Amino acid sequence: MRAAPAMAETVPITIAVNGVERTGDAEPRTHLADFLRHHLGLTGTHIGCEHGVCGACTVLVDGETARSCLMFAVQANGRSITTIEGVAEADLLHPIQAALSKHHGLQCGYCTPGIVMTLIELQRDLAGEPITEPAVRKALSGNLCRCTGYQGMVDAALEVLNAGQDQEVRP
Amino acid sequence: MAQHAGEATDAPVSNGLGRSVQRIEDDALLRGRGRFVDDVALPGMLHAAFLRSPYAHGRLNRIDVTEAQVLPGVHRVFTYADLRAVLTSDRIPLAMPAGAIRFDVDPFVLARDEVCHVGEPVALVIADSRHIAEDALGLIAVDIEPLPAIVDPRGGLAEGAPKARLDCPDNLVARAAMQYGDIGRAFADAAHVVAEEFHLHKGGGHSIETRGVVARFDTAERMLTVWDSTQMPHQAKRVLVRSLGLGEHQVRVIAPDVGGGFGPKFVFHPEELAVAAASMLLGRPVKWIEDRFENFMATAQERNQFWTVEAAFDAQGRLLGIRGTLIHDHGAYTPYGVALPQNSGTNLLGPYVLPAYDLDIRLCLTNLVPATPTRGAGRPQGTFVMERLLDRAAVHFGLPREEIRSRNLIRADQMPYETPLRTRDGGLMVYDSGDYPECQRRALDVSDWAGFAERRAAAVRQGRYRGIGLANYVEGSGRGPFESAAVSIGPSGKVVVTTGATAQGQGTATMLAQLVAASLGLEASQISVIAGDTAASPLGLGAFASRQAVTAGNAVHQAAMQVRAKILAIASNALEIDESDLELMNGRVSLKGAPEMGMSFGQIAGSLAGLPGMALPKGATPGLAAAVDFQPKGMAYCNGTHVAEIEIDPATCSIIVERYTVVHDCGRLINPMMVDGQVLGGVVHGISSALFEWMSVDAQGQPQTCTYADYLLATADVVPRIDIHHMESPSPLNPLGIKGAGESGTIAASAVIASAIEDALSPLGVVVRELPMTPGRLHALMAKATRDGAAA
Amino acid sequence: MKPAPFHYHAPSTRMEALQLLTELEDARVLAGGQSLVPMLNLRLAAPENLIDLNGVADLAGIVMEGRRLTIGAMTRQRHGERSGLVREACPLLAHALSHVGHQQTRNRGTIGGSIAHMDPTAELPVVACAMDAVVVLESARGTREVPFAQWSDGYLATAIGPGEIVAAIAFPCWPAGHGWAFEEVTRRGEGYSIVSVVALLSMGADGTVDRCAIAIGGLGAAPVRADAAEAVLTGVAPGDEAIAQAGEAASELEAEGDLYAHEAFKRHLAKQLTLRALRSARDRAHAGGTGHG
Repeated sequence: MRAAPAMAETVPITIAVNGVERTGDAEPRTHLADFLRHHLGLTGTHIGCEHGVCGACTVLVDGETARSCLMFAVQANGRSITTIEGVAEADLLHPIQAALSKHHGLQCGYCTPGIVMTLIELQRDLAGEPITEPAVRKALSGNLCRCTGYQGMVDAALEVLNAGQDQEVRP
Repeated sequence: MAQHAGEATDAPVSNGLGRSVQRIEDDALLRGRGRFVDDVALPGMLHAAFLRSPYAHGRLNRIDVTEAQVLPGVHRVFTYADLRAVLTSDRIPLAMPAGAIRFDVDPFVLARDEVCHVGEPVALVIADSRHIAEDALGLIAVDIEPLPAIVDPRGGLAEGAPKARLDCPDNLVARAAMQYGDIGRAFADAAHVVAEEFHLHKGGGHSIETRGVVARFDTAERMLTVWDSTQMPHQAKRVLVRSLGLGEHQVRVIAPDVGGGFGPKFVFHPEELAVAAASMLLGRPVKWIEDRFENFMATAQERNQFWTVEAAFDAQGRLLGIRGTLIHDHGAYTPYGVALPQNSGTNLLGPYVLPAYDLDIRLCLTNLVPATPTRGAGRPQGTFVMERLLDRAAVHFGLPREEIRSRNLIRADQMPYETPLRTRDGGLMVYDSGDYPECQRRALDVSDWAGFAERRAAAVRQGRYRGIGLANYVEGSGRGPFESAAVSIGPSGKVVVTTGATAQGQGTATMLAQLVAASLGLEASQISVIAGDTAASPLGLGAFASRQAVTAGNAVHQAAMQVRAKILAIASNALEIDESDLELMNGRVSLKGAPEMGMSFGQIAGSLAGLPGMALPKGATPGLAAAVDFQPKGMAYCNGTHVAEIEIDPATCSIIVERYTVVHDCGRLINPMMVDGQVLGGVVHGISSALFEWMSVDAQGQPQTCTYADYLLATADVVPRIDIHHMESPSPLNPLGIKGAGESGTIAASAVIASAIEDALSPLGVVVRELPMTPGRLHALMAKATRDGAAA
Repeated sequence: MKPAPFHYHAPSTRMEALQLLTELEDARVLAGGQSLVPMLNLRLAAPENLIDLNGVADLAGIVMEGRRLTIGAMTRQRHGERSGLVREACPLLAHALSHVGHQQTRNRGTIGGSIAHMDPTAELPVVACAMDAVVVLESARGTREVPFAQWSDGYLATAIGPGEIVAAIAFPCWPAGHGWAFEEVTRRGEGYSIVSVVALLSMGADGTVDRCAIAIGGLGAAPVRADAAEAVLTGVAPGDEAIAQAGEAASELEAEGDLYAHEAFKRHLAKQLTLRALRSARDRAHAGGTGHG
């Protein structure tokens, strides 16, 4: 193992987070999840593995989901990030959030921010088209949850994503 | 989703049972406003990283930290001797009293002269950031002389096996016998004996939040505050008080929002003490957050059990006796006594009549991280063994699997059923209530067991195997000795619940709030609940063994009823209205139908708060509060039946779980939605263990599966919808009739999946003795069976 | 798990990137990060310098030159998956891309990154192997091409040289109407392939197989072509018997067992998936190549 350089070089990083420009200094090796959490105080994005598998750290980067533990904060310079803190409107929860509560789609809440961001992208991608349960489950297969057994969040997703469909969606 | 066979009866005052109240925890969590331990940031906080043993066993000769100490940004590097200076004993006093334990094996806060598992903490670096702390780890020189490692408990118990620990006389850390009845007679009289061997493997808890601790020692106040992602803050406090030589008034442990517990966070790990001691020595707050790699190798988990068993049956397929041996991989020290394999041994009886029993349980010290409960706590293994034995016997006798079970199930008119087995409290294991035959009958009905043949035929036409499995289980829940809850209302009128119970996602706050709300005429969202804080509740235990609904639920209900009684008494006096004409609604007590003729809770609390020189209302005692420590009279046994259908594609050897049904009886349900959530989570955890999870360790004790790419957890796309139905056989052991539900989903899952696999592959005569059933394992079994069949 | 420290460089042109790569000692390039950053986090890799290619815009892009589909290395997997051009010219590739990781990883992961990393169970290398793709390498000194058959150099190792980056992958496309198929068996649901098979068939006017390519991934460090299986089918009508023979030939390929699957199981899967892939490819070929995955 090598020793660290004599001075830990930090770089200035400016990111638009939830529509607000935020600045901080961090070492290049600081990943985006740690930067959001500890430099910007946005602790809603959670870290579950730092290996890119569990999905708890999922945020939107320029509108697309990404594992924030697999991106260095410096790579997000000049980009636009959406985190869980930017989803609800002041008092009103986003329909996806409200549905998750209604259908008991969260228990400890640790994986929940990643689930919400994943479903937000899914909703946008569907652009009003209906979705089946197997497709929802596939879309959620990149997020690990140990508490809920997934059923509640699947039901929440089906309700919100198929809202406005005239007929029940058959697989 | 779920259907509830019986709603709680409406008492004159609603007790809050049977209502799927929306969770009060959700809003904050959904907004990302939870406060988990890594969200805690304190001024001047430093960061910790542990150097961990790269060897499973070795003599720790020397640690040289000089290069690490001078890395810019590093504050201190601690070894055992440094921390020992502030501890009251050489080892961490964790041992639980257990007659079966032959010698205590408490851990050290950091390895002292021997390392006993890969991942064991050896040194502690405190730095300005976790990044720098990890940089420093690479600069620490450790001289470890490797010693032979015990990885397989069977080998560890063999004659002449090397010692897993130099400081122990041998590897047999405990031996226990579960015996009753005339086992010799049972086997002498047997019409048929099934003899089997099983190898069971459970895996890790794998909450998505790892462990973590923030410790702050305020040198001025001499007060240690610890934020700990734990299920057991009071236990942690007890260990810290004793180890650090502090008083109870000087230690506060707070379990903040915890991202899942499942058992590993119930155990006290050395890092918790090390970080606290470091904060005392440095006079600065210290944070340690476990990373996932550490979690795989240094967090307690369940691992291997090797069973050799025989079951004796009479000519009608009724059990006469079971005997055998259980060899249990215990791990490198004993943070949790021997309850794990004991749970396996007691849960083997399940809901069945077993006239004679003789199980020799041996726990082997191994050079692996300790084996302690992960959801189910050893019970799934016992259930697995019994259910496999019954399925084998069914094949021999040519009896349908449900029939052989019916012949053995304890009947409803035998309840409460005294088994001849003693529990670790010393008393007999008594099943308090339940209708096991009816539970199985319903499960067969709602799962359309009778219609399965057609579904199988359809699959066969498409070249696939399809099987259906059945498993019954019981689970002892509501373990004592007690749990605490208090309800208080101050002059503000706000209702506050404090409790020794804790939360890791199971909705503890909502459960308690809805019980209190019912007694006080409020909504759950109007109640504040403080759980998991030793400052808020002087006594408490916490979450384990599916106990909090029973213990904390009853405690808080009684406390709320006491507060209610006091409100009525004070109001009746003050308003000169008969108590029976008063009602509690929206924070006020008033004449029924005339809310303006009443008083607010705040006013009542104010009148009891005391003003200098003013008397309290006649006959009243100060304050509007009540605290109850509820002591359950015995374990309340929930039960259930699982039915699962699987399909196997012989080309790919992949198993798909197509259907899954649970009929579940946990007595009276408090919040049916949340109970369903617990069952769902438990079932998926069980499916995950049965099909995917394997904590692989090589012959030298090196963990080989330390990421989620190697060790697989079930994902949404590989589990079916789970159909849950409820029965309610109230427990006579507590006033609310509640039983626990937190672990029951896991207990029968492995058994039912194995049953389904064997059913699917019965044309090949495949028998399941080992899990997880990965595609590779399944292929080997099918290939062998085909070869054996061809040779026959 | 935090990475070891590194100097971070963010070139905005290819030349800048290549210069840096030549001048800096101990440097690695960062593409999508989905394979490299976990290794950095785990300290399985600890380069002193990280050259971030994400700012070099012209390293991404999809271009059809004749029958050669050239995909810039920094093209996101998700972009390739959804590209009309890819779906048209090479539906196999679009389909295989939809099986790579999860959407969250495909948003950032790049096609070049996957080929540079050469995870033994990755899907893209199997497609590249079947299609005789060409890896286009660039350095400060110039460009060179490596046929995919020569690309792998052992477990997670390639023929890439010092100072070189993967700049693009060129896929020679099969004629319109060709049959194709992608089959895999995973350790769990959508992820973690054990064995995967890609089959490509083009049919002559007489109903016999003009050309056949079968590549199998997961048997060893890199995907292999099932030469013997291909030979069985070439020049004959792809009937069930011929396909069965091809499957047998595939099962005789060398396989290395690992923690998750022993050798016999992998060979079993090689055969079963080859049978499925060939039947599927044949059906697609008969249907004129229509039917996206």
